[in-house]
Amino acid sequence: MATSSVSKGCFVFKPNFKKRKISVPVEDYFNKGKNESEDSKLRFETYQLIWQQMKSETERLQEELNKNLFDSLIEFLRKSYSGFQKSSRDWGCQIKLREIPTAALILGVNVTDHDLTFRSLTEALQNNVSPYVVSLQAKDCPDMKHFLQKLVSQLMMDCCVDEETKEGSIQVAQKKTHCSMDSLSSWYTNVTRKTDPKMPRKKRTSSSQWQSPPVVLILKDMESFTTKVLQDFIIISSQHLHEFPLILIFGIATSPIIIHRLLPHAVSSLLCIELFQSLSCKEHLTTVLDKLLLTTQFPFKLSEKVLQILTNIFLYHDFSIQNFIKGLQLSLLEHFYSQPLSVLCCNLPEAKRRINFLSDNQCENIRRLPSFRRYVEKQASEKQVALLTNERFLKEEIQSLLENLHVYHSNYFLVLRCLHQFTSSLPKYPLGRQIRELYCTCLEKNIWDSEEYVSALQLLRMLAKDELMTILQKCFKIFKSTSEKQLGSTAKRIEEFLAQFQNLDEAKEEEDTSGSLSKGLQKTDLYHLQKSLLEMKELRRTNKKQTRFEVLREKVVNFIDSLVREYLLPPETQPLHEVVYFTAGHTLREHLNAAPRIALHTALNNPYYYLKAFATVVTAAEKMDADSATSEERNEIIHARFIRAVSELELLGFIKPTKQKTDHVARLTWGGC
Amino acid sequence: MSYKCMYYVNVYLAVDINFSSLLSALLFLFRLAMMSKLELKEDRMLEVQFVGDDDVLNHILDREAGAKLKKERTQLLVNTKKIIKKPEYDLEEDDQEVLKDQNYVEVLGRDIQESLKNGSAADGGNKVYSFQNRKHSEKMAKLASELAKTPRKNVSLSLKNDPEIINIPQCSKVPRSHSDSESEYSTSNSEDDDGVAQENEEDTNEVILNQKIPSQNRAVSAPVCKETPSKKMKRDKTSDLVEEYFEAHSSSKVLTSDRTLQKLKRAKLDQQTLRNLLSKVSPSFSAELKQLSQQYEQLFHKWMLQLRLGFNIVLYGLGSKRDLLERFRTTVLQDSIHVVINGFFPGISVKSILNSITEEVLNHMGTFRSVLDQLDWIVNKFKEDSSLELFLLIHNLDSQMLRGDKSQQIIGQLSSLRNIYLIASIDHLNAPLMWDHAKQSLYNWLWYETTTYSPYTEETSYENSLLVKQSGSLPLSSLIHVLRSLTPNARGIFRLLIKYQLDNLDNPSYIGLSFQDFYQQCREAFLVNSDLTLRAQLTEFRDHKLIRTKKGTDGVEYLLIPVDNGTLRDFLEREEEES
Repeated sequence: MATSSVSKGCFVFKPNFKKRKISVPVEDYFNKGKNESEDSKLRFETYQLIWQQMKSETERLQEELNKNLFDSLIEFLRKSYSGFQKSSRDWGCQIKLREIPTAALILGVNVTDHDLTFRSLTEALQNNVSPYVVSLQAKDCPDMKHFLQKLVSQLMMDCCVDEETKEGSIQVAQKKTHCSMDSLSSWYTNVTRKTDPKMPRKKRTSSSQWQSPPVVLILKDMESFTTKVLQDFIIISSQHLHEFPLILIFGIATSPIIIHRLLPHAVSSLLCIELFQSLSCKEHLTTVLDKLLLTTQFPFKLSEKVLQILTNIFLYHDFSIQNFIKGLQLSLLEHFYSQPLSVLCCNLPEAKRRINFLSDNQCENIRRLPSFRRYVEKQASEKQVALLTNERFLKEEIQSLLENLHVYHSNYFLVLRCLHQFTSSLPKYPLGRQIRELYCTCLEKNIWDSEEYVSALQLLRMLAKDELMTILQKCFKIFKSTSEKQLGSTAKRIEEFLAQFQNLDEAKEEEDTSGSLSKGLQKTDLYHLQKSLLEMKELRRTNKKQTRFEVLREKVVNFIDSLVREYLLPPETQPLHEVVYFTAGHTLREHLNAAPRIALHTALNNPYYYLKAFATVVTAAEKMDADSATSEERNEIIHARFIRAVSELELLGFIKPTKQKTDHVARLTWGGC
Repeated sequence: MSYKCMYYVNVYLAVDINFSSLLSALLFLFRLAMMSKLELKEDRMLEVQFVGDDDVLNHILDREAGAKLKKERTQLLVNTKKIIKKPEYDLEEDDQEVLKDQNYVEVLGRDIQESLKNGSAADGGNKVYSFQNRKHSEKMAKLASELAKTPRKNVSLSLKNDPEIINIPQCSKVPRSHSDSESEYSTSNSEDDDGVAQENEEDTNEVILNQKIPSQNRAVSAPVCKETPSKKMKRDKTSDLVEEYFEAHSSSKVLTSDRTLQKLKRAKLDQQTLRNLLSKVSPSFSAELKQLSQQYEQLFHKWMLQLRLGFNIVLYGLGSKRDLLERFRTTVLQDSIHVVINGFFPGISVKSILNSITEEVLNHMGTFRSVLDQLDWIVNKFKEDSSLELFLLIHNLDSQMLRGDKSQQIIGQLSSLRNIYLIASIDHLNAPLMWDHAKQSLYNWLWYETTTYSPYTEETSYENSLLVKQSGSLPLSSLIHVLRSLTPNARGIFRLLIKYQLDNLDNPSYIGLSFQDFYQQCREAFLVNSDLTLRAQLTEFRDHKLIRTKKGTDGVEYLLIPVDNGTLRDFLEREEEES
């Protein structure tokens, strides 16, 4: 069947019913394209598994991070709601009764992530506060009428879920025509009265403990609402507040000032606003990275370039965690799709099991790995031969290598965190404030060769004692948290250092009592003071002898330095690192952060093509000349080609026809008018 | 030859594109190639070779100098005319005039030098390729005109490839031809007719030309001045600077060519002949293109995988991606339900997309109150039934009809469903601007560059290109369709009008059939019985845009069929055949 027609633009193709039932499983697409794919099924399963784990982990994180915010929000809503309940004659309460309780939720500019937050917020509110939770978006509410319509229909829908759906939908249909605040409040009293006797039917225990639950209205993107709609709605609903208990939640992407900019004082005074700040997206990213990448829980790792690309997209394009996760998913997929050896990218016991089932081809693949070849070259010659010829020997070796890789990673992250403790508080942050920056530099090269590291060490040598001790205590905790054999001794070393510092304290006290400094308390004038200070300085310079604290500090810094040099080797040095590291950053960039304009430009800008194309026109015409075609026809063809070129340029958006003149077009891009 | 091509490309890029001049330049180059072929008979194939930027630049600069010289010559021309008109000038004054002219030439020369120093000579490539500078591009436009206008002269010269000689014959050119070539140009906002450059209007033309030539001329062509030459020089210089400044900053008027396609005496092609003609041209580089497309075909499985895993795929890059997607469809989508959507189809809308999903895919025969309701319904349906799977292939997601915010929102919402898979292509340069962050996250795109270099045949075939004649076949078929649905009487009425219009074919002052006459005729043919019924019929025609009414000078209504006569004749013939 053809897909072009002058009368329609949509073509539906339905295969025979019998055929349709056999839908191709996804994993089939995983291998078919590639000829020499190994273990593709297993690889795809591993991909699915890891991705599911990562996804649920991120969701859990998201929930955890939102928990604080939601808790405080719910607390606020409860408190303000209890204000409604109290029918007190207290003057202050009556004043308050005119004010709509409002929560201003500052969510940051990563708009794409907000949906998720609002969804879980709605859920949390429905479970804890009130069944009547409505969320509106600015684009649905260009004016008051639509605003109310949306509000009413969503409310009715909500309650229809609980009650008879049919009746509800009829109601909705009726209400669509005529919506006002009056009808809304009458509906509300109706519903609450109706539900009262039906109490036991309601499952929502916490919300049903209130006789008349409030209506929570979430405005997802407060900034985009028109001022007039907002103002009108707030004024009207504040008039109906006694019969229609409303609570507002504003989603704000920029800053709380926007409320006052959008609403005049007369209106904003009708609101009782409380601010809530969500976690900033950068912190969110840090936690996500921490839990997904800086851990041995997931075997999959990103190379420096890939990580850099993903964080750059995050920081310079959208601040969206969701997009970051998407990038992570894509890199995971690409890794498993393109690297046959990724079958070993799973937890250690499973990987060891899989090694035994590796095919000959896969063994060959391993032998071809650059990192493995480097490793082989370092071995003794008999072992080299064995590795390259004996499959069983190879497999055993791979097992130990993978184990080493695992140990390397677990040590790596511990030392990385420890180093981050030291460097994150240094002035000017020579190695970055965030652990991801430190991680990137460590992945890229030997960090101890970098200037920043040297300067960081220099700064560390100037740390005061209490700073140093708090850092050491944190490091101690980090090392204590794991039970790695090798690094257990490190924890002990740190403990020793801490004890020594404590001892230093006592010793110092003794010193102090006998110290000579106390006599400096005599009354002097400025001149003498300067003089004595200079003398002291001289004395110190000549007197090379360090205090005991300085000696100890030097020791600590050297200790850290040795840790770094031992454990923070870049992953390229590890044999078999290709199994777990995804390195193809360019594909990631191509697919996530494409530049169609550049593609067009490069396709068009080579003048050689123009010339070549022109030459083909002419030679083709000449050939036709030889075939004794008329020159008229040739001209026609040139004309036709020209016309096609014009319409193609128009389609591509380079030019557009103008009415200025006949046959006149204007250039639109690249320096046009 | 390579000079010319390069140069031609540059001219094409630098001036405000006017296609007729481009086409004529192309034709000229072609003629050139033929001539060179005649001279070098053994050399059959045309060679394209690269030349250095400097060479090209030198070439262009030389031409520019030539252009300047020509300007000077016009100047002299005007002055001599003045002298002839005022014979009472004495010799001394005349001499002075000549002296002034010489000075002026010097100033001009310096002017060129300066401008060269400022802009082009310093960094030549910059000048050749820069698009922003209006002044230069004007010069380029003039150059282009000369090149296009005086083919024979240039041909003989450029074969020798000696810039020195090129200039000389241009200087000694006959004035008329020059003024002619100049008058081909006018500012783009003038709505002038084609027939300006008439032979008999030469004199006035020259005056116009004189006014048109910017800044420098004005000082000299100003009437007699009694200052000493040096003083005049000074004023010239300062005013020159000032004028130059204003010229640089006020040139909103862009000179464009007045040559239109009609001047080529070539009938506008209709879609069908255009396609026929193009099919005769064998595409170049077909082997390479095939290789390229094979390379993309290897991605099909990967695309399927990624679609199934929740990503959507968007293809970008130069060249029609329709064939590629079509091949994707036929190779991997045969066993699944899919909808192909031609975004480039002018009648496409989101509504029609949703309709084909609800009606043909989901077999739902109800109607919906709004598009959003329909969307909700579809979304629910797909959420309920997870075994349902649908592939959407959209050619040109960025087309005129689909690029609106609402359409994109709806398609995005569709594509965000777990069991709807979207693969789309975009072509427009600014297509990604349709999507803000929210929409992008709905679409969840993976981008693939698929530059195919293949012509946009299907995509542009619906387009109302200014150069393609709206083919007669479409109006004819719609005419037949409309009339078939009418009563025999109405058809008769319309036929009467057609016949009358065809009878008056040769009458240049024909403005239509007046209503009263028409009524009379219809009555005589027993087609209507009152003018009310006739009016009712006419309303019907008017709704179908089959007739147009016009009030004449006497206040009488005139009826006219706004369809070209050939189509009408075809229509009549067909009617007769049928009856």
